[in-house]
Amino acid sequence: MNFLKKILAESGKLFEEGKPLSFAYPLWEATDTILLSTNSQNKSGPHIRDNMDIKRTMFFVVIALIPCYLFGAYNIGYLHSAAMGVPSSILSDFILGMTYVLPILIVTFIAGAICEITFAVIRKHEINEGFLVSCALIPLTMPPDIPLWQLFMGTCFGIIIGKEIFGGVGTNVFNPALTARAFMYFAFPTKISGEKVWAVGPDGYTGATALSIPANPTEYDTATNLFNQVTQFDFSTLNLFWGLIPGSIGETNKLLILLGGLFLIYCGIASWRIMIASVLGLVFTAGLFNLLADYSTNAMLTITPLQHILIGSFLFGTVFMASEPVTSTHTNKGRWIYGFMIGLLTVIIRSVNPAYPEGVMLAILIMNMFAPLIDYYIVKSNINMRLSRNA
Amino acid sequence: MELFNSESKKIINDPINVNNPISLQVLGICSALAVTIRLDQAIIMTLAVIFVLCSSNVILSLIRDYIPSRVRIVIMLSVIASLVSVVDELLQAYLYDMSKQLSVFVGLIITNCIIMGRAEAFALKNGPSKAFLDGLGNGLGYGMIIIIVSFFRELFGAGTITLPDGGAGYVLFSIPEAWYAAGYENIGLLVLSPGAFFILGLVIWTQREIFGIEEGE
Repeated sequence: MNFLKKILAESGKLFEEGKPLSFAYPLWEATDTILLSTNSQNKSGPHIRDNMDIKRTMFFVVIALIPCYLFGAYNIGYLHSAAMGVPSSILSDFILGMTYVLPILIVTFIAGAICEITFAVIRKHEINEGFLVSCALIPLTMPPDIPLWQLFMGTCFGIIIGKEIFGGVGTNVFNPALTARAFMYFAFPTKISGEKVWAVGPDGYTGATALSIPANPTEYDTATNLFNQVTQFDFSTLNLFWGLIPGSIGETNKLLILLGGLFLIYCGIASWRIMIASVLGLVFTAGLFNLLADYSTNAMLTITPLQHILIGSFLFGTVFMASEPVTSTHTNKGRWIYGFMIGLLTVIIRSVNPAYPEGVMLAILIMNMFAPLIDYYIVKSNINMRLSRNA
Repeated sequence: MELFNSESKKIINDPINVNNPISLQVLGICSALAVTIRLDQAIIMTLAVIFVLCSSNVILSLIRDYIPSRVRIVIMLSVIASLVSVVDELLQAYLYDMSKQLSVFVGLIITNCIIMGRAEAFALKNGPSKAFLDGLGNGLGYGMIIIIVSFFRELFGAGTITLPDGGAGYVLFSIPEAWYAAGYENIGLLVLSPGAFFILGLVIWTQREIFGIEEGE
C-alpha cells in the first residue's frame, strides 16, 4: 500500500493548480479515491461519522447487480443452445453468453466514462461514482442482440440528458439508466420495443416474449390459455420465476433480483416502502382488471397479479430503479404513494395500451417526474397540521 | 436615416444572436415543433413568417398614431390575419404540394407569439423603417433556429435532406442503402415532436453557451 501511496502522491504533484496536467485533476482524484480512501473532511455541517459515503453506496448497488449479470449471461447461452437443439454444459452456455454481455458492458462503460469525465473536466468537479451505477444498470435492461452503436448513443443520452444537464449526481430528476433505455425504446423501436423475442439464436429465429403473447391474442381468450399454448418456451409460473426465458439481460431471474433487493434493504440503500407499495399497487390494479375481464375482449385483463409480477421486468424496475434514493420521493408517506402509483401505472400501460408491451419503464419515469410534487405536498400538509395544532 | 448605421445593425443582429425569439425568449415554440420534420417545410415556413412579420410591423408602425390603445390587440390581429390569408392563398396558388404539407400551420402563423410580440413591443413604438428591420431580424432569428432543428431532424430522423423546389421537394442527399444494410438505423424519436424538443433544447444550450448568457432570476 505504501508503494501505491507514493506513486499517487508523486504523480499528484503533476496535476496541481498551475501544472501542465491540471486540467485532468478530476481523473487523478478519481484514481486516488478508488484505490485509497478519501482524505477530505467536511468543513461545515452536517458531520456524519459513517463510512457509508456515496462511493460505498454506489459500490453496494453494483455488488447487488453482479448475480443478475452472471445469470443473464448463462441464460443467453442456454436459450441459444436450446434454439439450436445442441447439447451444452452450464460452462459453455455461460461463456457463449459472456461473448454477448461483455461487449455491451464495455461499450456502456466507455460511453458513460467519456460523458462523465468530459463534464467533470469542464465543470472542474471531481468524477462522481454515480455513473458507475447507471452504467451497470443499462446493460441489464438491454436485449442481448442490441447494436453497440445504438447502445453507445443511448448511454450518452442517458448520462447527459438524464443527469448532467440537471447538475450531475444527486440533482437529477429522472433515473439516467431509464432515460437511456427510454431514448433507445423510442429511437430504435425495432430493436427494443419488447414485441419480438430477445434471445440470440440462428438467423430468422423469432418468437414472442411473455409480454407480447396476451397482447396479440388469436383464438385463445384468456392469458393462461395463451401461455399454455406456447411450446417454444416454458412460460409456466415456476419457470417465469427461475428465468430461463427470453428477455432483457438482467430481468429474467426473479430470485436473484429479490436477493439483490434484500441486500440493498439490509444495507439501508433502497427503500423497502417503495418496493412493497409498488407490488401492492400492481396487485390492486391487476386484481381490479381481473374482475373487469368478463366485460372486455382484452386478454391482457385476465393476467393474474402473480403473472404480472413475474412477466417482464416489473421486479427489476421496482427493486433497482424505482427505489433509487435520488429520483424517488424522500418522505415515508410519499414513498407509499410513489410506489403504489408505479405499480398501478405499470398494469395500466401493459394492459390497456397494446402499443407498449412493457410499462415499468414508462411508469417509473412518469412517477420520477411527480416525486418532488408528492414530497412538496406532504411536507406542506405536515406544516399546516402543526400550525393548526398550535393555533 | 442611414440604413446601415450601428443602431440598425443592432436591431437586425440582436434577435438573431443574443435575443433570439425562439432560443432565448422561448416564443413560437409550437410551430418550431410542428414544421421542422423536413428542411424544405422549415425554409418555406421561414419565408412566410419573415413576410408576415415585416409587413405587419411596417403597416402597424405606419398607423400607430391612429390606433386607440384600448382596441390595439383587435387591430393588430386583423392586420396579421389578413397578411396570413394572403400568404396562404399564395402558397396554394404557386406551391400547392407545400401548402398541403404545411396544412394548418400556415394559418397558425396568426397565433405565433413572435408576430404579436414584435408588433406590441416594437412596431407600435417605432418608425416604419426600424420596424421593418426589426421584423427582418426576428424573422431571420426564428428561421435560423427552425432550419437548424429541421436539418438535424430530417437527416437523422428520415435520413434525407430535402430542399423546396415547387413540387414535392428536391432530395439533395439521402443516406445510402449500403449504410442501412450495414446496420444503420434512423432515429425514429426525432420524427416525433419530443425529438424536436431535444434538438431545440440542445440548440438553446449551445447558443447560451456561445453568448455566455446565464438564466437570470
